Amino acid sequence: MTAERRGSPPQDARHAWARLRRAGAPTPSRSNLLAMLLAVALGFAIIAQVRQTSVQGLETLREDELVRIFADVDQDGERLGDEVRELQTSLERLESRSTSEEEAQRAAQERVDALGVLAGTAPATGPGIVLRIEDPTQQVRFTVLLDAIQELRDAGAEAIQVGDVRVVAGTWLEDTTDGISVSGSLVQPPYVIRAIGDANTLAGAMQIPGGVTATVRRVGAQADVEIVDRVEVDALLTVTTPQYARPVPSTP
Amino acid sequence: MIPAIGLALGILIGLLLQPAVPVWLQPYLPIAVIAALDAVFGAVRAILDGIFSDKVFVVSFLSNVVVAAFIVFLGDKLGVGSQLSTGVVVVLGVRIFSNVASIRRHLFDA
Repeated sequence: MTAERRGSPPQDARHAWARLRRAGAPTPSRSNLLAMLLAVALGFAIIAQVRQTSVQGLETLREDELVRIFADVDQDGERLGDEVRELQTSLERLESRSTSEEEAQRAAQERVDALGVLAGTAPATGPGIVLRIEDPTQQVRFTVLLDAIQELRDAGAEAIQVGDVRVVAGTWLEDTTDGISVSGSLVQPPYVIRAIGDANTLAGAMQIPGGVTATVRRVGAQADVEIVDRVEVDALLTVTTPQYARPVPSTP
Repeated sequence: MIPAIGLALGILIGLLLQPAVPVWLQPYLPIAVIAALDAVFGAVRAILDGIFSDKVFVVSFLSNVVVAAFIVFLGDKLGVGSQLSTGVVVVLGVRIFSNVASIRRHLFDA
């Protein structure tokens, strides 16, 4: 049958198209009407099903499918829960790390500030005294200033400045013909010593019998102690790296 | 031609009305649609074979739909609904393919 049809293709194909056209022609019969109604129903059903599929919820699914979906969701939930816990742990770790880093930073900054005041690399301000030594006849030797600095330190001065030179651990004094050399900088009278600390203690230390003011007066000069609420010790020192001294490595 | 118009009309009505499939019909409608498509392709093939009959078409259409829905219903009751649905779809799909192949041979002689 197939072979026969293949034997005369063009006529047969044309024949088939004609037959299809004939069948499609409107012939008012009950069966034809019924067929059309069925076609309408089919089109309607197709669209309904397509729409249904695109909005399908869970209620149309069978029990085993629901069980599978439930298991999937359960598994997903567990996995996501694990992930949440993991991320929370790492968040806590990072937070605690950043807090401890902040604390370390703050502590380091405090140390830097304290050491800056101590080493003379940072300006300092606070209550204290200003000691003024009028010496028009240049009778005051460097030992007097050295005594004064020593007394101030003894009384708890935290930052000291002579003239425009900061007094630190390495400060040295020397007599010159024009005045007193403080760490190589010439300071001429009147000598102004500014010290930050407990003002009353410092002032008392300057005025003890046989102390700095007494010595200054004995050599014929004038010493003046003034208690000030805010003494500015603003002379700075540049820190040089020690050439020979090396810190001893701290043993752990 | 009339059935094709009917199909287009049905699709149009469906698009306009936006019907919601009632819940009790939801498991059966897709299978019923496939079965109906099978009947339609079978009818076209019958026309080309010259053995088409309106009555046979209507009966085969309705019986296809009912039987397909019944098989799914039975499968659901027996606990093998999804497997049976797959089976029905496979069988109908094979039939649709063979019908379409026959139609193609008639119309395009290829």
